[in-house]
Amino acid sequence: MERFHWVRHRCRQLLSVDSERGWYSPPDGFPSKSSLQRVSGKRRTVLARHGPHQQEYEAVSRKYKGNGIRTTKYSLLTFIPMNLFQQFHRSLHRFANVYFIFLATLNFIPIVEAFQPEVSLIPILLVLLVTAVKDIFEDHRRFKSDRLINNLLCQVYCSKQKSYVDRCWSDVRVGDFVRLSCNEIIPADLLLLYSSDPRGVCYIETANLDGETNLKQRQVVSDSSLQGSDFTPESFHSRIECENPNNDLNRFKGYIEHSGEARVGLHSSNLLLRSCTIRNTETVVGIVVYAGHETKAMMNNSGPRYKRSQLEKRLNTDVLWCVALLIVMCLTAAVGHGLWVKNYRHSVFQVDGEISPALAGFYVFWTMIIVLQVLIPISLYVSIEIVKLGQIYFIHNDLDFYNEQLDSRIQCRALNITEDLGQIQYLFSDKTGTLTENKMVFRRCSIYGVEYPHVENGVISGMSLPPVGERLLLGKSMSCRSLSCNRSSVSLHTLTAESPEEEDQLSNHAAARTGAFCSRMAKDVVPDPELVRKLNSLCSSTLRLRDSSTESLSTLELTYITDFFLALAICNSVVVSSPSQPRHVVPEAQAPLKSLEEIKLMFQRLNFYSFSTPQIKGSPRSFTSKLFTRGKTGSFNFNTPPSNSIDGSDLALDTSQETYVQSDEDSDDELLYEAESPDEAALVHAARAYHCTLRGRSAKSLLVDLPGIGSLVVQLLHILPFDSNRKRMSVVVRHPLTGQVVVYTKGADSVIMDLAEKRRGSEQAQEIYKHIRQQTQKHLDMYAREGLRTLCIAKKILEEDEYEVWLKRQLLAESSIENQEELMLDSAERLENDLTLLGCTGIVDRLQEDVPETIEALQEAGIKVWVLTGDKQETAVNIANACKLLLSNDRLLTANCGSKDACAALLEELLIEVRREEDGEESSLHSTSNFILVIDGRTLEWALQDELKASFLELSCKCKAVICCRSTPLQKSQVVQLIRDKIGVMTLAVGDGANDVSMIQVADVGIGISGQEGMQAVMSSDFAISRFKHLKKLLLVHGHWCYHRLANMILYFIYKNVMYVNLLFWYQFFCGFSGSVMINSWVLILFNLVFTSVPPLIYGILDRDMPADTLMKLPELYGAGGTTKIYIPATFWITILDAFYQSVVCFFVPYFALAGSDVGILSFGSPINTSALFIILLHQVIESNTLTWIHMLVLLLSTILYFGFVLIYSAFCVVCSHPTNLFRVETVQMSQPLFYIICALTTFIALLPRY
Amino acid sequence: MASSYKDEDGHITVSGSGAAAGAGGGSLRSKKPENTAFKQQRLPAWQPILTAGTVLPAFFIIGLMFIPIGIGLYVTSNNIKEFEIDYTGVEMSSPCFTCAQNFSWNGTKPCTCSVPFHLDQPYESNVFMYYGLSNFYQNHRRYVKSRDDSQLNGNEESLRKPSKECEPYAKHGNKPIAPCGAIANSMFNDSLELIYNDPNGTKVQIPLTATGIAWWTDKHVKFRNPGAENTNLTVVFQGTTQPVNWRRPVFQLDSDPDNNGFINEDFIVWMRTAALPTFRKLYRIIQRRSNVHPTLPRGNYTLEVVYNYPVRSFEGRKRMILSTISWMGGKNPFLGIAYISVGSVCFLLGVVLLIIHHKYGNRNNAAEISH
Repeated sequence: MERFHWVRHRCRQLLSVDSERGWYSPPDGFPSKSSLQRVSGKRRTVLARHGPHQQEYEAVSRKYKGNGIRTTKYSLLTFIPMNLFQQFHRSLHRFANVYFIFLATLNFIPIVEAFQPEVSLIPILLVLLVTAVKDIFEDHRRFKSDRLINNLLCQVYCSKQKSYVDRCWSDVRVGDFVRLSCNEIIPADLLLLYSSDPRGVCYIETANLDGETNLKQRQVVSDSSLQGSDFTPESFHSRIECENPNNDLNRFKGYIEHSGEARVGLHSSNLLLRSCTIRNTETVVGIVVYAGHETKAMMNNSGPRYKRSQLEKRLNTDVLWCVALLIVMCLTAAVGHGLWVKNYRHSVFQVDGEISPALAGFYVFWTMIIVLQVLIPISLYVSIEIVKLGQIYFIHNDLDFYNEQLDSRIQCRALNITEDLGQIQYLFSDKTGTLTENKMVFRRCSIYGVEYPHVENGVISGMSLPPVGERLLLGKSMSCRSLSCNRSSVSLHTLTAESPEEEDQLSNHAAARTGAFCSRMAKDVVPDPELVRKLNSLCSSTLRLRDSSTESLSTLELTYITDFFLALAICNSVVVSSPSQPRHVVPEAQAPLKSLEEIKLMFQRLNFYSFSTPQIKGSPRSFTSKLFTRGKTGSFNFNTPPSNSIDGSDLALDTSQETYVQSDEDSDDELLYEAESPDEAALVHAARAYHCTLRGRSAKSLLVDLPGIGSLVVQLLHILPFDSNRKRMSVVVRHPLTGQVVVYTKGADSVIMDLAEKRRGSEQAQEIYKHIRQQTQKHLDMYAREGLRTLCIAKKILEEDEYEVWLKRQLLAESSIENQEELMLDSAERLENDLTLLGCTGIVDRLQEDVPETIEALQEAGIKVWVLTGDKQETAVNIANACKLLLSNDRLLTANCGSKDACAALLEELLIEVRREEDGEESSLHSTSNFILVIDGRTLEWALQDELKASFLELSCKCKAVICCRSTPLQKSQVVQLIRDKIGVMTLAVGDGANDVSMIQVADVGIGISGQEGMQAVMSSDFAISRFKHLKKLLLVHGHWCYHRLANMILYFIYKNVMYVNLLFWYQFFCGFSGSVMINSWVLILFNLVFTSVPPLIYGILDRDMPADTLMKLPELYGAGGTTKIYIPATFWITILDAFYQSVVCFFVPYFALAGSDVGILSFGSPINTSALFIILLHQVIESNTLTWIHMLVLLLSTILYFGFVLIYSAFCVVCSHPTNLFRVETVQMSQPLFYIICALTTFIALLPRY
Repeated sequence: MASSYKDEDGHITVSGSGAAAGAGGGSLRSKKPENTAFKQQRLPAWQPILTAGTVLPAFFIIGLMFIPIGIGLYVTSNNIKEFEIDYTGVEMSSPCFTCAQNFSWNGTKPCTCSVPFHLDQPYESNVFMYYGLSNFYQNHRRYVKSRDDSQLNGNEESLRKPSKECEPYAKHGNKPIAPCGAIANSMFNDSLELIYNDPNGTKVQIPLTATGIAWWTDKHVKFRNPGAENTNLTVVFQGTTQPVNWRRPVFQLDSDPDNNGFINEDFIVWMRTAALPTFRKLYRIIQRRSNVHPTLPRGNYTLEVVYNYPVRSFEGRKRMILSTISWMGGKNPFLGIAYISVGSVCFLLGVVLLIIHHKYGNRNNAAEISH
């Protein structure tokens, strides 16, 4: 409950939309003059484009941007220079590219050049080319979407034609008047000048901006002269002064100045933001204040997120080691060359004989850096990106992550942290919507102290297949009910423990019925037969008063029931719309039925009895005495039936009810409820199931269908919206039937129960009330135990004078500017007291499928699962129980305390207990109880403070799981941050709502569940899944694989580079450390870039160390079993050593085989290079765990490519590739058996230790 | 009636939700990933698992394969006859000592010396005569680079304008050097003659074939004299000068026009730079004359050296090598020994593993079963 209110709270902060009366939070509101003056240098003036101030407009608006947007980075002409520039400025590749460029320029210095200059350009060109192609692709996509957006049409006022004409978005300028109608998207930031709504409001949906689907209200500039039906742009002569464009969505300051008149302040509720959608309002007109890139939406548009994965951080240190290695090698060469030059200064082979040894050594140092450049695995970064893309591709395509209901796959939003999924140690989960469906289904309710279990409902919501569809056809449901009634009534009595057979039966039955009941929103409720009967008696009682069936009902109970459902239907902020007329206010229909008057009368009478008036003091006694004695009450209440022609009205009602049913069917098709939270929607839907239907909403009234009565207009006086301090919301309405001012309050049980404590009135009434209270409390406890979300419904009847008094205060509070919030709170509190408890509701938010299994598996995998929820402790513990986070033999440590000292003491105490237990556990092996810490928000607040952090950490580390309830979003993120930073573990946060956003962002891996609550969580997440159970495969299989693959790939890559480079290094010992190479430079460069570049990629994308089902079955394999151990320094150095060994073998076997012979340089390099290729490829075959035909193909292709290139190159290239002309070398070599003998031996010896 | 209606409905629902939850049904493109083996990562894979069952046979097979190959290589290598003689003239006693001492590149009068040696066994088949240099870094980076391939390929332009890679041996005075570069400049220019001292006292000069020592493609494709075929090389090379250390211009390397200029095989051989500082290069081939007589009979020989090439400055050595060759090239026992030892190690490992496997493997299996 609290969380959705938080969402609302947050969006209010965000957009400062407010409810009906339009009180605005002062901080964002009016700018004081002084502040405006202060910022006068940085403000913009907006004038009507076609207004009288033409010249001034020209002058002022010249520097304002048009509305066309261009998000592409490049144009055709500027692509090459811009892209190059961008690439060198990109943080990720910067180092790599600079390194390449550095090498390339080094190579252009003749004295140190190692290869021909063009050869050394290949790597950098290749990398740049790959990146550029990727950029072109992305940019083209952006370009297309830009063009689409820029060419959208909107109606702009044209002064020549004196009317609104269609224009492209891109042609809209600051100062234009834009007319928008319902469902149009706002093209630029507009100042709302006119709305067809008589109150001057307009609704916008900000889904495009922040993903929230609820409606926000915007207000026409509070200036009477503008408002009215006769708004014409021609008459607009005002000047608007406002801030310069900024990216703050909820801030807009400025004023509008009419010619010679006073200034009127502007604030963010006057601003229609670009890319929002107009809803529920016919027409609005606004003047453009910010356009194009200066709109707040565009300025908020930030690039994609980039998270640095843990592995990459480790990798960077290893790359540094590689750099160190490189420098050592180059230094060795430099020193060696210096000495060599000293010895052979004037030899016949010494070309630059006069050079000093030190200088020669210095030159050689740089030459060696070029020669050994591949040691720095720069292309590794590109490879890693490609590998991750491949991994993402496979994750994205996993059939197991497909959700049929939503037709959604997993969304991978962060592309570079796949391997972090394999190292998660702490998982922080939200409860609602994450562990549970967040499909709030009205489950049961208690009215008047009587519990209505809604058995069928439970069955439906217990089903694994959620009902699909939106129809609740009365006729059908009735017929179904008649069929199921017997069973459900049986089960009502016998099914306390829910025998499986019956459950089966029922679920079969329900499953067969889903066609009729299908509701995509799962908002349908099967009414409780008992309650339906009682409710039906409302209509029947008025009309068939002599009918004996009504006798069984107490009228007081009936009023309670009616009020209860009325409250459910109206005490909310749900917006009603219908698909055919999207989000329009359903036109107010009247036509109350004939019998309305009668019912009204009855109601008045009932109220008369049950509440207030002391005149009938005597009667309640008899009333109560008869309350529980069936039979008499009916006659007592309805002894004076006001209806006259009974037969006729009977008939009339029969027909009218039929038509009513008909119309209900029709209208049910149409009605769509847009609630700010699923709870509200669930309640409204529940009320509708009882034909207490909310049909429409306007600012001042609500249109409600009541069973047997028809549509009623309820005059809405006030809405006191929810806030988390009060934990309740209220509506003040004039009761449609009694005409009294009634307050309906809906809120958290604890609060309402307190407020409903005292009751005025007679003793009997008090007694009944006390009974109700007790019963309700009992039911509440029961609901909480069942894990239902409970809400209490209460009402209060206000006397007119009472209301007047309150109203004055309220208006005062609204109009005040200072401490408005406090005053409002105060005012609300004054209203919400002495409530009459009507009943309570239990909303089930059932567990998603396979949640217990998933949590179990994750825990087995060594991941600590924490639940952070805003819910009540009982509910949280309950859910924890249900999802097996909490097992029966676990010990619950509860931490609730009121003060910091108490908290400190408690933590210490718990810690001691846990330690003792641990010591005990060591001695006695068989005690298996684990600790579960349950901590509430307030205690958490203390625990997160610096002094207590340590003990809280220690305590929580010793616990198997921690449940934080009643926690705020901030606390959630603090907890995650604490664990992440202090323990230094990989954290994963999963959540679905806006209140999880901060947590998701803080965690190393943030997972959003695309559920019922908007898109914020998904927007801020790294991965978005649709079901909690998907986590299991995502972590256990994909996480494991990705980590394994990437770690192995990196090691392999480094191995490959070190091994290959060392071959060149060893040769330096035989060529006077002169930086000479025995391999053709093209082959040398392409060896890494082409011949052996794809196998590691394939290895990184496709390798599976263990099959998926094994990983799923044995979660232990995930954690300490190996994943975290692959990529540690030891393995790195082992890999390096292995590479050294292999390179030694690979160099020295051919060396000894050919030493002293007449072998030429390149002929000598040929078997070495070929062996290296075989060793590297076969090394991978040995290392990889799976070999599919793709592996084989790639390995084969690599080999073929190498031999093909080398042979063709050596066959046809006569004078090319200057110092290392390969002409005929390879063909000659490959025609000699010695070549193969050497290669075989070398390869075998090099790989022998791998066995 | 009612139930049948419901069934129908239920059926529709199931199929509908299967296709797509939306209204479009089949026509709407579902986001459902394709269920292919590739996309679902279910490709049939071979996992190279190393078990005793696979490793042991592998070891044995490799051992059994390598040992014979090794033996074959070793025998082949042993059958190769090789004779090597150092004629550097470092020691006082050496016949070439004097020549080695008084050396200058530009000396007008060639210094000669004769080195006697004795062949213990007759050399059958063709005998290859090599000169060997030690400590000569033909693989030095600057040295290797210092040539102009296109000049050597007969390019007239490069002949006149040698590549800058040849610096500082690109030009001498104002004339371009042909062939330019350090490699050409430092060309080995000792001439060696073999004289057989017949037991009967006569000295027989062994005929040495100077052609066929370079790769065919080098001689016919890579190296070409500038100008058209059969033109006078003297004319062609007009305007160029010989390398600094050369005594004769390039067109006077040999009297045979097919072995003169850039296509002189001694030159080509020299230009194919050696991989290691101690190397040999093919100098001449002693063709086998008849099947009756060995190419080089057992006995005393004299190596007549025209001592031109200085090696003392870099403490190098000069050798003359006589060798028969086999399919695997020159004499090199290393490969054979390596193969034999690797094979033996494999075999031994196989045996050891087999014993271990027999001793402990069964126990492990037993333990697993008992579990």
